[in-house]
Amino acid sequence: MKDIHLIRLRVNDREHELAVESRRTLADMLRHDLGYTGTHLGCEHGICGACTVLVDGSPARACLMFGVQADGREIRTVEGLADGEQLSDLQQAFSDHHGLQCGFCTPGFLMLAEAYLSDTASDGTDPTEAQVRELVASNLCRCTGYQGIIEAVLATARSRRSAGAP
Amino acid sequence: MLLGRGRFTGDLARTGTWHAAFARSPFAAAQVDAIDLSAALTMPGVRAAFTAAELGHPYLLAILERAEFTATRMPLLAGDQVRYVGEPVAVVIADDPYIAEDAAEVVEVEWTPLPAIAGLDAARAADARQVHRELAGNCLVDLIMFDDNRLEEIFATAPVVVEGVFTSARVAALPMEGRACLADWDDRDEQLVIHVSTQVPHQVRSGIAQALGVPESGVRVIAPDVGGGFGLKCVVGREEVVVAGAAMRLRRPVAWTEDRQENLTASFHGHEQRYDVRAAFDAGGRILGLAAEIDCDVGAYSAFPFTCAVEPLMAATELPGVYKVPAYRARGRGIASNKAPTAPYRGVSRPQIVLVMEQLMERAARRLGMDPLQVRRINLIGPGEFPYTGVTGVSYDEGSYRESLDLAEQRVTAGGWPAERDRLRQAGLRAGIGYSCFSERTAYGTPTMSQRRMRMTPGYDTAQVRMDPSGEVIVTTGTCGHGQGHETTFAQIVADRLGLHPGQVRLRQGDTDLSSYGWGTFGSRSIVIGGGAAGRAAEQVAGQLRQVAAHLLEASAADIELTGGSARIRGDAGAAVPISELARVVYFQAHTLPEPLRYGLEARESFDPPGTFSNSCHAVLVAIDPGTCEIRLRRYLVVEDCGVVINPLVVEGQVRGGVTQGVAAALFERIRYDSDGQPGSATLMDYLAPTAAEICPIDIVHLETPSAHSETGAKGMGEGGTIGAPAAVLSAINDALSDTPVCFGHIPVLPEDLHAALTREGAA
Repeated sequence: MKDIHLIRLRVNDREHELAVESRRTLADMLRHDLGYTGTHLGCEHGICGACTVLVDGSPARACLMFGVQADGREIRTVEGLADGEQLSDLQQAFSDHHGLQCGFCTPGFLMLAEAYLSDTASDGTDPTEAQVRELVASNLCRCTGYQGIIEAVLATARSRRSAGAP
Repeated sequence: MLLGRGRFTGDLARTGTWHAAFARSPFAAAQVDAIDLSAALTMPGVRAAFTAAELGHPYLLAILERAEFTATRMPLLAGDQVRYVGEPVAVVIADDPYIAEDAAEVVEVEWTPLPAIAGLDAARAADARQVHRELAGNCLVDLIMFDDNRLEEIFATAPVVVEGVFTSARVAALPMEGRACLADWDDRDEQLVIHVSTQVPHQVRSGIAQALGVPESGVRVIAPDVGGGFGLKCVVGREEVVVAGAAMRLRRPVAWTEDRQENLTASFHGHEQRYDVRAAFDAGGRILGLAAEIDCDVGAYSAFPFTCAVEPLMAATELPGVYKVPAYRARGRGIASNKAPTAPYRGVSRPQIVLVMEQLMERAARRLGMDPLQVRRINLIGPGEFPYTGVTGVSYDEGSYRESLDLAEQRVTAGGWPAERDRLRQAGLRAGIGYSCFSERTAYGTPTMSQRRMRMTPGYDTAQVRMDPSGEVIVTTGTCGHGQGHETTFAQIVADRLGLHPGQVRLRQGDTDLSSYGWGTFGSRSIVIGGGAAGRAAEQVAGQLRQVAAHLLEASAADIELTGGSARIRGDAGAAVPISELARVVYFQAHTLPEPLRYGLEARESFDPPGTFSNSCHAVLVAIDPGTCEIRLRRYLVVEDCGVVINPLVVEGQVRGGVTQGVAAALFERIRYDSDGQPGSATLMDYLAPTAAEICPIDIVHLETPSAHSETGAKGMGEGGTIGAPAAVLSAINDALSDTPVCFGHIPVLPEDLHAALTREGAA
């Protein structure tokens, strides 16, 4: 017999209720039970970060969490970044700075950066290249050499600060 | 893609999909005495399981039509013998992938382990066991090329002979998306439809058809979004063919997604090579002769369709590279071992041959007390010498070999690198600057590919350009981009010829039912060959549009130009008709046109060039912490020339990604096997792909020497970054150690290598 649990969670501001097997990862649950296939699995052992989602606002590897651990939590995935068809500033910056090629790792970098930018928004200073490089080193990309990703995050940080500056 | 709406194979869903998992060998070599599927089959949720016997022992067979090549079958599932850890012996099909994996673990196999052939030395030992019964000396291919009988005398009399052994470790291409497929039998079309994460949909179709004994038209292969390939996905994986066969038998959708451990141990590797090289130089630094013994540990099988000869053939044919070598001999061998098979990973032998040539130049310079860049300059194919046909018979089209080196040196000096190196040294670090000069032969058409004598010879490609009644364009191509921006660049090429905006052109690719037989995306071929075919087809459609416009405007077609979305009479500002109006008339008012202009605006064209060389010079500044022996990049510069740059963002993205993979091979990545053939790099904790923290900003300068062998003047450039980086990094490390006797000739150079060498020399 499978060990099934009934859980409730919010994903991108939408309420979901579902029965999930205890061993099912959050990533598989999001992708295959709830249809949020933008969250990708690159290694399933917590290194590559392609599956990074926000759990109650903090970045987490969805391959290292079980779906049942998301019971009662607020999840944000890449599908929750844009406003309809309108790319978010961060997504647009990835496009402008050629921060993606094959696109497989992109959702993980977007969620990682989104959490970082939200966290540092109140600092009042732009992050340095070195700080962003350190952040981006959390995840793996095999196509870009990281430069476009770093530039996109820096550009978004600058534009958010200048937009938010009094 | 940015919205999370990419559609990778693993994202696709079919109602009632079953999931496959493979039972794999835990031994590098063993006899398979018996396989018992009963425990797996009785597990709840398991729907089927197959061994090789139950599938009729299907196999893939890659053939090179040369006497020096021994063809060996790669069974889809191993039969009575396994030849590497991770080789599949059975497939289990279950309701979900968790159950399938559980069931694969309880497949019971009786094994008789055999001694493993875990490397080149073991494979070539006098009494070595044969990895394949029919394979004498474990040699899959043995090619002696360009044997110049003057060489011995040249070596005997030359003022300087540089000798060395150079090695590169086995590495993994490591696309972020592993291999994946979803196969479904379509009753309506009586066709197997398989979505595969591949660079080469048509070759996957050919492989499935040949292995399963079905006509090619009975199989449709679709590559949806593909999460990186780098060559790993330009060969046919046995797992995807097994899944295709299972879906055909079971008449159910069957999906398989490999995990990272399978990707690192049981897919394909590359680049495990050893070069034993001698080079003669005169007293002025001019190279007089070159002889090389090249051995590639290609693993257990020849991958379909390229065969395992890709690496030794490339190495032996192109070793001289950008240098004028008057006398040459090479022997290239592909040696079988009990390791995972190899595929043509990005660069294919050129990272190694460039490393070898650059080290020879460096070492000759050191022996002669000359500037290593001056030795390079003396030997480079120079301005005015193109097209250059060297000792290998390869013809090099126009390039900027000397210019790119000169410009790189200027930029390095102007950028203050030498001063920075001095500062780093004064601060107690070791620091060095390294260069590499190379060219990259790209866009091999059949005139070049046929020299390899593959049973399946790739090269040409075909595109169709079709304008719809609203004046928008669909392009289909046999190439299969996966992050190279083909949607953008093909659209630019076609729009340019039709006088349209690129946004009005859509690319359709990666579907064998949609495009003519094509060869996919590998070998830096797509923009030249696929883009060339698309450009030619667009010219045809442009001709059709000009005819229609000439008819409507009562002018001569020769006077019509297509620009800004309209057809105009040249020199007559008032006489114009929108292209969308031409399209409307052709489709909806066909009866008003003369017969030859009716019934559609479309064309199909092919392109099959001899190949064209792009070239680059890389420069890198590294700093080494003498305490930790950590090697860090400080500065990186690429001066590159890929002819006409169709899209600078795309080119620069390819360069930076390529350099990162080359740096990875130079400093970090190594697939390890122990002497029993057990893999030691099965996770990303053990296989150290670089993160952003290990890479520095990469500056790029473009030169533009248009190619005469391409429709657009562009040259391929997908691999250059990976090709040039190891040589440049190794030169920089050796420069940093130039006050010691240490001079490395292998990659990756790991901190432990440095520590051991410096300790040995008392220089730590």
